[in-house]
Amino acid sequence: MFVELNNLLNTTPDRAEQGKLTLLCDAKTDGSFLVHHFLSFYLKANCKVCFVALFQSFSHYNIVGQKLGVNLTVARERGQLVFLEGLKSAVDVFFQTQEEPHPLQFLREANAGNLKPLFEFVREALKPVDSGEARWTYPVLLVDDLSVLLSLGMGAVAVLDFIHYCRATVCWELKGNMVILVHDSGDVEDEENDILLNGVSHQSHLILRAEGLATGFCRDVHGQLRILWRRPSQPTAQRDQSLTYQYKIQDKSVSFFAKGMSPAVL
Amino acid sequence: MAAVATCGSGAGTTGSAVATASKSNVTSFQRRGPRASGTNDSGPRLVSIAGTRPSVRNGQLLVSTGLPALDQLLGGGLAIGTVLLIEEDKYNIYSPLLFKCFLAEGIVNGHTLLVASATEDPANILQELPAPLLDDNSKKEFDEDVYNHKTPESNIKMKIAWRYQLLPKMEQIGPVSSRFGHYYDASKRIPQELIEASNWHGFFLPEKISSTLKVEPCSLTPGYIKLLQFIQNIIYEEGFDGSNPQKKQRNVLRIGIQNLGSPLWGDDICCAENGSNSHSLTKFLYVLRGLLRTSLSACIITMPTHLIQNKTIIARVTNLSDTVIGLESFIGSERETNPLYKDYHGLIHIRQIPRLNNLICDESDVKDLAFKLKRKLFTIEWVQDNYLRQERNIYPPGFSYLLKQKDSAWGEGSLQHSTFLMSFLAKATAFASRLVRHSEPLKQTGSGRIHQAAGPRLWHDGRRQEAPGLLGIPP
Repeated sequence: MFVELNNLLNTTPDRAEQGKLTLLCDAKTDGSFLVHHFLSFYLKANCKVCFVALFQSFSHYNIVGQKLGVNLTVARERGQLVFLEGLKSAVDVFFQTQEEPHPLQFLREANAGNLKPLFEFVREALKPVDSGEARWTYPVLLVDDLSVLLSLGMGAVAVLDFIHYCRATVCWELKGNMVILVHDSGDVEDEENDILLNGVSHQSHLILRAEGLATGFCRDVHGQLRILWRRPSQPTAQRDQSLTYQYKIQDKSVSFFAKGMSPAVL
Repeated sequence: MAAVATCGSGAGTTGSAVATASKSNVTSFQRRGPRASGTNDSGPRLVSIAGTRPSVRNGQLLVSTGLPALDQLLGGGLAIGTVLLIEEDKYNIYSPLLFKCFLAEGIVNGHTLLVASATEDPANILQELPAPLLDDNSKKEFDEDVYNHKTPESNIKMKIAWRYQLLPKMEQIGPVSSRFGHYYDASKRIPQELIEASNWHGFFLPEKISSTLKVEPCSLTPGYIKLLQFIQNIIYEEGFDGSNPQKKQRNVLRIGIQNLGSPLWGDDICCAENGSNSHSLTKFLYVLRGLLRTSLSACIITMPTHLIQNKTIIARVTNLSDTVIGLESFIGSERETNPLYKDYHGLIHIRQIPRLNNLICDESDVKDLAFKLKRKLFTIEWVQDNYLRQERNIYPPGFSYLLKQKDSAWGEGSLQHSTFLMSFLAKATAFASRLVRHSEPLKQTGSGRIHQAAGPRLWHDGRRQEAPGLLGIPP
């Protein structure tokens, strides 16, 4: 969890809003540092987290998480974290026939229909346990990242349906949060990705967009972060608030500064 | 990283296992065997594998790509468990060389090889591998071809041939070398005894595709399905993922796949814009990466991306690979005659470097890289080095300390340009730098004296002309 980003977003793990969908988007750069931020943020906020990690392996998130102060192995054992490791599960699904429906069942099918098994997995993971005492504050669904599903053969509409079902369950029914990462293909005309990105950004309450600098590679400023607050349910009588910052990623934290105010330049 | 991944506690991810948070989740794919070496620590136990070393940044285990210059650009080497995708150059002349260097490095280090190709028989590919430069005799010839890096003069021993210091002082050629990264002679073939001593598996598509498929059809082309099964079989049989109780493997598997995505693999992404199997390649890469992440293997793939019609697929393939390098050769393009690219054969683009176990990655600051195949050796250089060399022929040596600041990459360009401009206007060129105000005094590394022979050939009468209106310079 990056403290500076918390300040920019005006949240802390104790008093975060519920029922919100956050979209993380990256264009021409790698926005995965935002995923690590939110993962550690919600684990520290004592939420029950379901992490659909399609992009990297568990050990990667674990090692980075340890740098940010959370231990994923311990969280998984305690039951706080439910981790779907996409890469490992894909190998399992592909090489062995599964008896029961697997969340990534669509890898075996010729014409991938829908993401229903994946949704069932998420719902099963986040449903409140009737154990009497409330151990966790609220459920959180984290997806890294959604564009991989498009590469694996799902249509954009199927993925949007999945997000809609998840939002109805997690955000509205269980009053939890959702954080989704989608790559922005930029000038490559990936129509499916654009449909997906537009669809999800229309439904989201907060959009964090990590972009590479327009001038190219820079050693001291790794990119630009655009924060956009939206109110999708209410009519936008007031304008959506938007802020832009530049950032530099360091070993254990990310420092943010206003545009052009990088310490290296001043 | 591969070893750490395999040790992830056996918590399965099937739906039924979710409700219970116990550790004894049972998946259909159960690991009962001893884990691959070094379950939780990627430290001392994994370093004992020949030809690998841990990365200085994140302790990731690295193998050499076969080209030490490329290793340096990738942050030390190729991480185990990752995919190196090479976007082939247009006429497929230089990418096979990188492919072969990778395989040759595996043979020299004693790694197991898996070579997959639809165009050439893997046995023939192995016959054509370049010979490693291991003995003392070839060091003299190597001296001239070495990478000309402009290091500061503090490196007194080796100024030009500084890479020479890295060469091993080995007398015998053996299949197992304890060094990381070797140089290869592209004009000689690898000795036959090295190939015979090595352990390799070949996958030649026309031979394998004739047998019937046993798996239910999914949207991958049959060639890819067969290849994935072959790779998974080798990984399991030889124990690279630690799941086979009979086999305890302490070695690295190097996988090389040639011309993936070309029509010979049965894929039509190079032929049609919206083919029937447009997700075949991306699915293949995803499952392949899943296999690699859970085993001690590294993979190199060459792909003719210039043939792929749909740019979306190229973007998706890049996102799904870990390290991506593009080769662009100058043959047939107008860059062949560009003086900036004189003596170079092409450009090498580092398109993507993965962030593994880290928030940041080892991105090199130098972005304009060119390669050349000089008689025997494949070298990679910064393009501006060529420009600097040409400039040095024009300007007096006294300016070299200004022009050769490669690492700051023209960050102080204004200083350099203003100084060189001043040199034409000043009476005595040696003192032109004093005319320019700069923040910190630059040490003069050359003698400062101007050799008349190398001076700017702008004056016909041999005398410097006086520039009007400038500061008076003591002669």
